[in-house]
Amino acid sequence: MAKSGTFSNLHDWLISEDFTSSRQARLHSVYLGWRSLIANPLAFAGFAIVLLLIIVAALAPVIAVHDPFAQDFLKALQAPSAAHWFGTDEFGRDVFSRLVYGARTTLYITILVTIIVAPIGFVIGATAGYLGGWVDVVLMRITDIFLSFPSLVLALAFSAALGPGIENAVIAIALTVWPPIARLARAETLTFRHADFVIAAELQGAGTGRILLRHIVPLCAPSIIVRLTLNMSSIILTAAGLGFLGLGAQPPMAEWGAMAASGRQYLLDAWWLTTVPGIAILTVSLAFNLLGDGLRDIMDPRNG
Amino acid sequence: MSITQTSDAPPSRKSPFPKAAAKIATSFVVILTTLLGLMMITFTVGRMVPADPVIAVIGDQADQATYDRVYKEMGLDRPIYVQFGNYLSDVVHLDFGQSIITKQAVSKDLARVFPATIELATLATIIGAGLGIPLGVVAAVRKGTWVDHLARVVGLLGYSTPIFWLGTVVILVFYAYLGAIPPGGRVYLYDEGIVQARTNFILIDSALGGHWNVFWSAVHHIIAPAVILGYASMAYLSRMTRSFMLEQLRHEYILTARAKGLGQRPIIWRHAFRNIRVQLLTVIALAYCGLLDGTVLIETVFAWPGLGSYLTSALFFADMNAVLGSVLLIGIISIAINLLSDIVYRFIDPRTR
Repeated sequence: MAKSGTFSNLHDWLISEDFTSSRQARLHSVYLGWRSLIANPLAFAGFAIVLLLIIVAALAPVIAVHDPFAQDFLKALQAPSAAHWFGTDEFGRDVFSRLVYGARTTLYITILVTIIVAPIGFVIGATAGYLGGWVDVVLMRITDIFLSFPSLVLALAFSAALGPGIENAVIAIALTVWPPIARLARAETLTFRHADFVIAAELQGAGTGRILLRHIVPLCAPSIIVRLTLNMSSIILTAAGLGFLGLGAQPPMAEWGAMAASGRQYLLDAWWLTTVPGIAILTVSLAFNLLGDGLRDIMDPRNG
Repeated sequence: MSITQTSDAPPSRKSPFPKAAAKIATSFVVILTTLLGLMMITFTVGRMVPADPVIAVIGDQADQATYDRVYKEMGLDRPIYVQFGNYLSDVVHLDFGQSIITKQAVSKDLARVFPATIELATLATIIGAGLGIPLGVVAAVRKGTWVDHLARVVGLLGYSTPIFWLGTVVILVFYAYLGAIPPGGRVYLYDEGIVQARTNFILIDSALGGHWNVFWSAVHHIIAPAVILGYASMAYLSRMTRSFMLEQLRHEYILTARAKGLGQRPIIWRHAFRNIRVQLLTVIALAYCGLLDGTVLIETVFAWPGLGSYLTSALFFADMNAVLGSVLLIGIISIAINLLSDIVYRFIDPRTR
């Protein structure tokens, strides 16, 4: 193997353990993590599919061969063909193009929910774990109350009250996703609560906020990132379920769950309408599960 | 609580039972606050609805005087905590208001639809546990072999499959193409109304009444949704069983048993599996609660006349009383199942006393 000089130098620099800077040490661990991720074929497949989802969502106007909203009743319910790879729906819209735009909806919901729940779950959990006492009792009681509802049912109730729509679906899903994050953050915080470095920081006069942000966050981050990745799969399934029941994204927006739902009326004549979006949901949700499992092996082996 | 205690020694040393009782008492307090919180959530959700609750009762043709009167009658002019108190007392009296669709008391509707859901979820749990637990045990014992990989794939697919889509595909294949199952419902139309309702579980009622054709009709209808839901819980249960078993097999008592010359089968089932039964109970309870989620979607797909179908049709007509009643019922059932598994856990496992 004739590797080019710069690459092998970079490789040597990255795997060398004689660190000359903290930047090198950090890049070293990222590089080793990356190497073990690509060594695990299932995790790498998950990573590749997630990457593909992001690319498809970003380049949707380029990839989609037809306008996803253009209706043409003469072309309604056509079977898959060279012109329409996944056929057309009841309004004559190209299913492939709607699938491509649906990737945007899915990614939008997943990212937004994750951005909302990560800080909320962390702040609630870490505060409860760090401060203890009645703060802990009250915060964990609230968490348990939310946990006691099956998540889709709770999301249904909130979206029913807020009204259908993608933003409301995001809020409804976020309300059901934060409790497990808070529980995890609390459990992680408890393991560091009485560590010497935390006490040292306290003695130096660091406030609660500073200790949580500078000392606890970095240590909780790996397991929370793993949990968030695995959660993305259930966010996708819940969002699709809401869409299926007509509570998520509203027409004419392309959303996979809603696409599968509208296909049910034409199930016998047009199998592709329901089947294709369902396979897309399954693939993406599976990918996040595989990636999450792989990340856990690398970042959080304790909980494997 | 334990007034008889005179020494400083912790009560657990003398007799484990007062402590167990105290723990159960604590968990009842916990349950009560959880229930209160649950109702606070449903109450808040009810208030978030943009629709005017007065208009929902009197219609939009009524005059201002009627509006004011009904507004007062509904207690909407009182402070919010009084309104919440009224809501609590309604719930305690099982009064969830009237459903807009059925024009009946929501509690009456729930009593009618709920057994169908319990029947489906219970059968699904039996299927899921019956397949998932042995699969998990075998996967743990033969870690790294093809059985283990199969279990992993089954588990991952179960976690990732949109259940409403799987139901639709099953209808497409097994009803439309193969004609092997009916497209939905609980029994065939011509079998309806024959069986005398005793428990409202149609499988039990028809068997008790000796209506075997209705019984088979019901089996025919329940099998597809139950297997699909069962698959979802099998995925979860096999994964949990596997990790519990791996944890046990690492212990030294297993090594001791092997050294004594005990065979593989008694080591697995009489030693390791015995020790995970309690954990499994908790996980099965969680899986059951998870199924209540899945039933909402699968009942819609299979037109199964249970709580899920009731809830989704209420959503479509913005029938908030029915929605909140169903959601509260599901929440209460989840809490009850978890409480039950908690109590059984404490009585089975002496370490928790």
